Amino acid sequence: MWRYLLPLVVLAGLIGIFWRGLHTDPSRVPSPLIGKAVPDFSLPKLLEPEEAFSDEQLRGQVSLLNVWATWCFECKAEHPVLMQFAAKHDVPLYGFDYRDDREKALAWLDEAGNPYDSIAFDATGDVGIDWGVYGAPETFLIDANGHIRHKYIGPLTPARIQSDLLPRIEKLRAER
Amino acid sequence: MKRAWLFLAALLVVPAALAIDTNHLPTPALQARYEQLTHEFRCLVCQGEDIAASNAFLAVDLRNQVRDMLLAGKSDRQIVDFMVDRYGEFVLYKPPFQANTLALWLGPFALLLIALVSVVWIVRRRTAMASEQVEQS
Repeated sequence: MWRYLLPLVVLAGLIGIFWRGLHTDPSRVPSPLIGKAVPDFSLPKLLEPEEAFSDEQLRGQVSLLNVWATWCFECKAEHPVLMQFAAKHDVPLYGFDYRDDREKALAWLDEAGNPYDSIAFDATGDVGIDWGVYGAPETFLIDANGHIRHKYIGPLTPARIQSDLLPRIEKLRAER
Repeated sequence: MKRAWLFLAALLVVPAALAIDTNHLPTPALQARYEQLTHEFRCLVCQGEDIAASNAFLAVDLRNQVRDMLLAGKSDRQIVDFMVDRYGEFVLYKPPFQANTLALWLGPFALLLIALVSVVWIVRRRTAMASEQVEQS
């Protein structure tokens, strides 16, 4: 009897493994930074180049840091969603303009609007490496102590915001 | 036909032209370590490639990072840790041998063992059956 059952059991196991593989996106690599403090950095602001945007800004309240660039198509698709989010929700949304050209970035924000409370400008991508950035758009959820609590890889969508981001923000705010 | 051959020949030339790595380190020893390290890290944007082979932004940045750390006298261990701290163990083409990678490292050998045991078992049983039949006849 078990002679016939065993192959079936093995087959069922393999189907389970493959099924799981079908539903995991290999381009979304979990970040080792989750649970850790934000990296130390200081960058010029995009809009006020003489001012600095540093990790200090990311402490004190629950906030979001969205990595974007004008060369990134998916970021442009994400932009209206961020505009809507910023208008509707009272959560600081910071931008991280990654490996970009200042003129182009300013022109893009003029055209499409600026959802960010402040934007750090990383022209070379050096600070991006410390954040483990590997593909924009990426969005970090940071708690009031300045610890990275979650990372969204790929564009935020209204559905992702509603079902995942907002509950997480609520939870982090309740921690205080 | 001739065209097809030309096309195939052109394909052979492509891999050599893929990555344009402009980094050259001052000593052969450093250059050798540089080449070894850049072949160990996965380019996360283009996951089938290591950072030595890719021209993605990120691969160029990470190659420069490896170069700068080598020039600053960092050890291979420090450079690997730097990458793992930021990008996770997935960045390593050769994952470390540890609790959560046991199945990855030992799985193939376990499967091979199961296969060998099954073969031996089946062969023995058949031999036994054959000799039984001989006895009966």
